[in-house]
Amino acid sequence: MTQKRIDGSETPLLEADKLTKIFGTLKACDEIDLRISAGEIHSLLGENGAGKSTLVKMLFGALQPSSGSISWKGNAVTVTNPAMGRSLGIGMVFQHFSLFDALTAAENIALSLDEKTPLDTIAARARGIGDAYGLPVDPDALVGDLSVGERQRIEIIRCLLQNPDLIILDEPTSVLTPQEADLLFVTLERLRSEGKSILYISHRLEEVRRLCDRATVLRHGKVVGQCDPRAETAASLARMMVGSDIHVIERSPVQKSAEQSLPLVEVNGLSQRPRGPFSVSLHDIRLAVQAGEILGIAGVAGNGQGELFEAISGEVLQERPDIIRLRGKDAGRIGISARRKLGAAFVPEERLGHGAVPDMSLTNNLLLSRHATDRKVFLAGGALKLVAESSLASAAKRIIGRMDVRKSAENPDASALSGGNLQKFLIGRELDRNPSVMIVNQPTWGVDAGAAAHIRQALVDLARSGSAVIVISQDLDELFEISDRIAAMVHGRLSESVPIEAMNRERVGLMMGGAEHAAPLASAGAA
Amino acid sequence: MFEAILLTVATAATPLLIAALGELVVERSGVLNLGVEGMMIMGAVCGFVVAQTTGSAWVGMGAAILAGAAFSLLFGFLTLTLVTNQVATGLALTLLGLGASAMIGESFVGLPGVKMESLYIAGLTDIPYVGKLLFGQDPIFYISILLTIAVVWFLFRTRAGLTLRAVGDNHTSAHALGVPVVRIRYLAVLFGGACAGLAGGQLSLVYVPQWVENMTAGRGWIALALVVFASWRPWRILAGAYLFGAVSIGQLHAQALGIGIPSQFMSSLPYLATIVVLVLISRNKRLTLMNTPTSLGKPFVPDR
Repeated sequence: MTQKRIDGSETPLLEADKLTKIFGTLKACDEIDLRISAGEIHSLLGENGAGKSTLVKMLFGALQPSSGSISWKGNAVTVTNPAMGRSLGIGMVFQHFSLFDALTAAENIALSLDEKTPLDTIAARARGIGDAYGLPVDPDALVGDLSVGERQRIEIIRCLLQNPDLIILDEPTSVLTPQEADLLFVTLERLRSEGKSILYISHRLEEVRRLCDRATVLRHGKVVGQCDPRAETAASLARMMVGSDIHVIERSPVQKSAEQSLPLVEVNGLSQRPRGPFSVSLHDIRLAVQAGEILGIAGVAGNGQGELFEAISGEVLQERPDIIRLRGKDAGRIGISARRKLGAAFVPEERLGHGAVPDMSLTNNLLLSRHATDRKVFLAGGALKLVAESSLASAAKRIIGRMDVRKSAENPDASALSGGNLQKFLIGRELDRNPSVMIVNQPTWGVDAGAAAHIRQALVDLARSGSAVIVISQDLDELFEISDRIAAMVHGRLSESVPIEAMNRERVGLMMGGAEHAAPLASAGAA
Repeated sequence: MFEAILLTVATAATPLLIAALGELVVERSGVLNLGVEGMMIMGAVCGFVVAQTTGSAWVGMGAAILAGAAFSLLFGFLTLTLVTNQVATGLALTLLGLGASAMIGESFVGLPGVKMESLYIAGLTDIPYVGKLLFGQDPIFYISILLTIAVVWFLFRTRAGLTLRAVGDNHTSAHALGVPVVRIRYLAVLFGGACAGLAGGQLSLVYVPQWVENMTAGRGWIALALVVFASWRPWRILAGAYLFGAVSIGQLHAQALGIGIPSQFMSSLPYLATIVVLVLISRNKRLTLMNTPTSLGKPFVPDR
């Protein structure tokens, strides 16, 4: 297992010396030193906004450093653009995917390969790499139709096809099931044994400890420490990263006194045909969540979670009003604003473009989701409905303070915030209304440990204050941390929910694989 | 009679086809150049003036292409280098083109032009009914058909075409992959300008071999509408150009036969058809996604 350790005599594969990047007045990276040896998995740890993304963009050539130098295999280099980074042998899997929606998976992959590769061989090669590394993908599928998880597979395949010496992975496991993540680790360990180096960015400290040989920890744009993660504990790594101890989620038991009370949100036999060629059909979904509890819905991406969310939130109306019931009222035929007025709140998976308008400021995004429910507060002038900027600004300030949103400007555009900070704002925007029903899809995807803990605690507190909360997530750690009951979605069906006390990871893994449903199907297949 | 009508339809459709193909490539790269009318009229006037002076229709046609391309370079410099608003710049380009062409062509109004000779292949051209249609048209007609095939092949079969479509879909991702976004857009804009210039040259050297102020008469706008009508697909542009060409010829014949359809209605048909297509496309998210270049009209500034 032990690789050659870094020592002074060995030339590192990549060495960054005092790299600095300044945006306006913000020092995103401040004299960062980084050494990556051949054949090691090197972890880059840090909270959102610590400068990780900026650093790797400079290494990859997508950004130019303000000062400092990079040497590659012992030679000083200036990586002027990503194409040059690739030709040196640096491959990158982006956190915010750089895929083209209107092109097929194979075309997306072709774009990052060198010019000589014939276009018609790429589909077969992509399929080959996908099979070899446990990343199945349909090369002819239009990327716009794919789920987040499937898109990431394309990103990883795209990177591997370039045969790089250094692979930069930004949050690769955040969309994978534990089993899929295990497969990825096998892949990464194989790449390491082939002598390749991996720069691994993750917030999941357990997997960093399991996988990585060395870690460089960043905080506020500076290197605050280097360590061997295998010699550390998750808590000690978190402390280095955050600078203080990570908050542990407090979950008081559900008040069982409300046993007889009506559920606040019900789904009664929701069935739906697929709405697009790559959309999933839903089959007779039933669930009910009472005041004070959190229902966690586990499942691998693309099993109908998005469709379920859209049905509950009112983006897609149902045939019968009683299929969706909110606070005891039929809501299947009313729209999003009407459902919000019934006390429901929704946070979709996709933050930019669905949860928020990227090119609009935070206050405008706040108004967009709350104009119907808080008309009196945010719209002045009676029938004129003038936008009350001052009350919007104070509400935004309240949310930003409560959720600890870090931003660079007074009222930035949504797209200017990092993923985690934007998510904190979007969750805070809904919590600020004290909704009695809250449905969140992937609450902490790509969000660092500190911010994720904050969001999770906020969801638990909301439930305990008497609301019904549904959390759809692929992160099992998260579901076990906050849920009172867990159900799993597979192929558009929702399993029975199981109380958290009776649940364990293996059982939920089996449910996610369809084992608890598939009995009749499997026997039919065998017959 | 029927063959004669088809021949006039082809002549009317060819400038629409060429200009729309050029604009298609521009828009597929994510740039919206509303200056097609202006580039076309510049091509028409420069083509006419040079042909008149040199006596060669081919030299004139070359000048038309160069004039269109040069004029589009102005658009490219403004929108791609100086990052001005594409819609406003395109409109300004049209207005500038109409004015500048009137000035350049002032002393050429009413002069006899040089007409580009139609093809004649003994035997083949004389085949009854289809001979003239297939083997007896002007060279620009054949160029327009070859151009359609070339654009289809380029966009969907070559790597450069894939890169161009990628730039039009998401310029930020393309930049992150190391694709030279601005250079590709410059090339696309130049190609669009050259096509518009060629279409203009066809008007003043083939269609009506003379110079009349404002002689494009809105064909640039029809070409723009055609790109949307064809939902950014080259083969549909071919079909649309002939449909719109047929409508404009049909309107003349309808008038001659005394059929009581107001000519204004006929002239507005291409635009009405475009609106209908836009409505149909935008009702379906997947169709929109597949067909509309997502970053169309959005300015690109690389973050450095």
